[in-house]
Amino acid sequence: MIGLLIITVNLVGALGAPVLAPFPEAEIVGDAWAEPSPAFWMGLDNLGRDIFSRLLFGARMSIGLSLMITALSFTIGIITGFAAAIAKGWVDTLLSRLVDLMLAMPTLIFAFVVLSALGTDLAVMVVTLAILDGVKVFRVARALAMNISALEYVEVARLRGEGLWWIITREVLPNAMLPLIAEFGLRFTFAFLFVAALSFLGLGVQPPAADWGSMVRDYRDVIALDVPAPLFPAAAIALMTIGVNFVVDWLAQINTRGLGDAK
Amino acid sequence: MLQVDRLRIETPGDKAHKAAVLVNDVSFTLCRGEVLGLIGESGAGKSTIGLAVMGYTRPGCAITGGQLLFDGRDIRTMSSEERRALRGRNVAYVAQSAAASFNPSRTLMQQVCEIPQALGLTSRAEDRARAIALFRELDLPDPEHFGDRYPHQVSGGQLQRAMAAMAMAARPDIIVFDEPTTALDVTTQVEVLASFRKLIREHGTAAIYITHDLAVVAQIADDIMVLRHGNMVEHGLCDDILQRPQQDYTRRLVADRAQRDAAATVGDGETLLEVSNVTASYSALSRVVDDVSLSLKRGDTLAVVGESGSGKSTMARVIVGLLARESGELRFEGKTLSPQLVDRSREERRRIQMIYQSPDVALNPNQTLLEIIGRPVQFYFNRSRAQVRERVLELLRMMDLPESFIDRRPSELSGGQKQRVGIARALAAEPDLIICDEITSALDQLVGEELLKLLKQLQDRLGLAYLFITHDIGTVRRIANKVVVMRAGKLVAGGATETVFSPPMHPYTELLLSSVPQMRSDWLDEVLARGKPESHAA
Amino acid sequence: MIRLVALRLLFGVLTLWAASAMIFGGTELLPGDLATAVLQNSATPENLAEMRSKLGLDRPPLVRYGEWLGRAAHGDLGVSLSNDRDVVEEISPRLWNTFLLALFAALIAVPLSICMGVLAAIYQGGIFDRAVNVITLLTISVPEYLIGYILVKYLSVQYDLFPSLANVSADTGFGDRLWLTFLPMVTLVLVVVAHMMRMTRASVLSIMASPYIEMAILKGVSKPRIVVLHALPNALAPIISVVALNLAYLITGVVVVEAVFVYPGLGQLMVDAVSKHDLPVVQGCGLIFAGAFILLNMIADVLAIMSNPRLRRPR
Repeated sequence: MIGLLIITVNLVGALGAPVLAPFPEAEIVGDAWAEPSPAFWMGLDNLGRDIFSRLLFGARMSIGLSLMITALSFTIGIITGFAAAIAKGWVDTLLSRLVDLMLAMPTLIFAFVVLSALGTDLAVMVVTLAILDGVKVFRVARALAMNISALEYVEVARLRGEGLWWIITREVLPNAMLPLIAEFGLRFTFAFLFVAALSFLGLGVQPPAADWGSMVRDYRDVIALDVPAPLFPAAAIALMTIGVNFVVDWLAQINTRGLGDAK
Repeated sequence: MLQVDRLRIETPGDKAHKAAVLVNDVSFTLCRGEVLGLIGESGAGKSTIGLAVMGYTRPGCAITGGQLLFDGRDIRTMSSEERRALRGRNVAYVAQSAAASFNPSRTLMQQVCEIPQALGLTSRAEDRARAIALFRELDLPDPEHFGDRYPHQVSGGQLQRAMAAMAMAARPDIIVFDEPTTALDVTTQVEVLASFRKLIREHGTAAIYITHDLAVVAQIADDIMVLRHGNMVEHGLCDDILQRPQQDYTRRLVADRAQRDAAATVGDGETLLEVSNVTASYSALSRVVDDVSLSLKRGDTLAVVGESGSGKSTMARVIVGLLARESGELRFEGKTLSPQLVDRSREERRRIQMIYQSPDVALNPNQTLLEIIGRPVQFYFNRSRAQVRERVLELLRMMDLPESFIDRRPSELSGGQKQRVGIARALAAEPDLIICDEITSALDQLVGEELLKLLKQLQDRLGLAYLFITHDIGTVRRIANKVVVMRAGKLVAGGATETVFSPPMHPYTELLLSSVPQMRSDWLDEVLARGKPESHAA
Repeated sequence: MIRLVALRLLFGVLTLWAASAMIFGGTELLPGDLATAVLQNSATPENLAEMRSKLGLDRPPLVRYGEWLGRAAHGDLGVSLSNDRDVVEEISPRLWNTFLLALFAALIAVPLSICMGVLAAIYQGGIFDRAVNVITLLTISVPEYLIGYILVKYLSVQYDLFPSLANVSADTGFGDRLWLTFLPMVTLVLVVVAHMMRMTRASVLSIMASPYIEMAILKGVSKPRIVVLHALPNALAPIISVVALNLAYLITGVVVVEAVFVYPGLGQLMVDAVSKHDLPVVQGCGLIFAGAFILLNMIADVLAIMSNPRLRRPR
């Protein structure tokens, strides 16, 4: 429940940024590194912009990008995963071996290689991360579809002569929904942290646009001067992740207890 | 020696689960060398009592009342250290699944000798010698080296006996046997049962023998206690319970077995299904179904009998087309059925329906009974929504299920009710042949009996044919007019039930038949006196 | 079992080869080509063509991949595009730095998290278990840089116990090095321990719930014996894979931590190279990171195969 609350607050902040933010994103409203005050809740940044306002606008970038990546990776992963589970045979073998290969290599390094060649472009980043993440969704989706389609009620539907579409939408998907939602949360936190990490390393969101990761990067030097500025965006990242993790944990518990007991 | 007085065990309950009483005011005494049989259906609380005797309750349960006295000391008030000393040393345990109860990464000898060595009363060599002697007593192969193996290297029946050796290793006063033969095939069950009985008789060990099978416990117990829903129903001498049951429930448990030899009606319609010389396998390595032929008329009930791994369920998959046959012919009303499911017409699929062993996985947990039973009606007959609903209600009535169940989901039903839904779904397609794959083996005895009666009634009314796949010969004689016996993918015997099951019989049929425990206490002695039928080695 | 191990080793080699192909293939994704990237704005058609033949870009990609792989196998990773230095020379001191940092972190994190994980599992539901659970759930949700900056803020800025920048060089002594790298190491340890401890706890718990543990309890085996003789031997394989997985995670975590503390390691080098499009350096670093990752996973799988009694002693 705390998790849902955190997620809601973050989403509201992101969507309502233009209304909620006390100052425009890029406006210089005071001296650089002004201390937090009633007017500027988290103080001002290196150029004298309001950190709190920038945090609200940054939320759109951080959360929006990760949502895009996760949605895309789920589309890729679920389609290929279900296809592999249902087609079986060489399609399955080929896709699974390929995925094994991709999983045997570190994601971050992969992303680096692609970004170094294609440049730090947002579209490139989204597609790259979606594919890298989709590989993991593939595994989960394939295993789920395999397990469920081995159950006898799916066999009954096949015996009856139901079409593939009916079997997937009526027999498999409704029973795979809960684990898939949990997986979506898990993959979202992964994408979210990953985007933030790339931005922090200067390889993600490029100025003048800002997300939470690049804000940490912009402000990091002043930590030695005992200005807490970089801690705010970093803490925001942590809070959002914690919120999603709570919800995922809760979903996983319902999942293991089974639908029957969850009522 | 052991005195249990008004024992009460409850689950305290939390947000997700209601509090429940598992065992309610159960009392008994067990004297040295005596064997008590605890009998009951699932949920009767028999295993809970067995564990409580060891001073152990599963997580989430607690002993909330009564006394458990061992040699005058109350197990409930013992310190955890005293209780630990009691286990293994005084009271030992033999579990249902030996395969799961042995640690996979240690040898059998290490596990058998663990307690004697921890107690330190005897030397390592003595413990070893004793374990080997126990292996020999239990008729285990190569007793000298048996203990050097790992659990996965020996068979299920051997592992079950090794567990008895482990229980006996520290010379306990009482052994608790918890459904120790339930997971075994019938022919193995006889051997294991005989070994257990020999062991406890020779050592004069007292035992509590827990099972759902009255005929099994009759072979080994002096006293029997019948339990139901945590309450004691009846308690008395073994022979008294079997021959002069006082309570209605016990009478039904006993009577049910006696009825089994009632004659089945004979089908006399035209030939429905004809299987000739069918061969099938999952991989190129071994044939699971090897050159099998059988035929079935309208109104027939054909039982396919065999132990696990005999290929009987695979046979069913070949008939419905889930597994393509490699060779042979399959004809339904004279027309050849294609090997592949995808090549069969909707009409061909409709006329053969299937009911499964475990109703839990055979019904989609996310659908209501209206959707589950109504879908075939809509799919095959294309009826309107109102007509579908009407038909589902009619089927529910036929199944003796209340009409209000129509909007329920499977998780809200009991096992027997779920299985009825499975039957209703099959009937919704208005089939000619229903394949029943071990449909009663996941159910309690009396529930299973009810289900068989229902199937019989439906057959009389609708003229259905059944192909009945089972490992339970008792069921076969009760409901089938024809039978085939399968072993390792091959047909061993086949024909009318009376012919197959009366002398002269095929040795394997005889072995199967003689291995089914009977409801009298001298059955095991008779079987052992007759000696093992030769076909064991075959 | 030997067959399984051999198969796994073969798969490892195959993966390494595939990784090299992908790392090399990454360069081919470049819009335009390497020559345009090198010359940037000073590109004229003449010097472009000259650069292409100098870099060997006029030959087919497969041939160049073969050559690159052959040279890489001999320890020649080419020349950096940004400063014309030999890539191997550029990498070696930094590789040593990164290796030391990861090694220190692993030496502390592995035993610590296994002990904590096992303890939490044994005293499941106890105060220790619950406290550790909440703390680690928070730690795994927190990005490395937040932990890093919090440590800097308190341990370095406020109390000045440790330096906030880990600027080691080749001639830094061992003691100084430990002192300089203390904060990055603690950051890495905190992140890795949380993951590793939770996973260890989960795998020990699943084993403690198995029927043979209940059997051991019913046999009257003492608690320490149950843990040491019955649970741990079977928990070994899952714990090994947990360790390997997290060491692999440590390899990528090191990149971010190096950035936080401006530590002259391989990760920093790679990040710089990525933003400068210095492809030979990216390829070199990528190969090393991927190789280490693949090697760790392979070792874990082989150990898991060898510790499985079913595979060690077939029927």
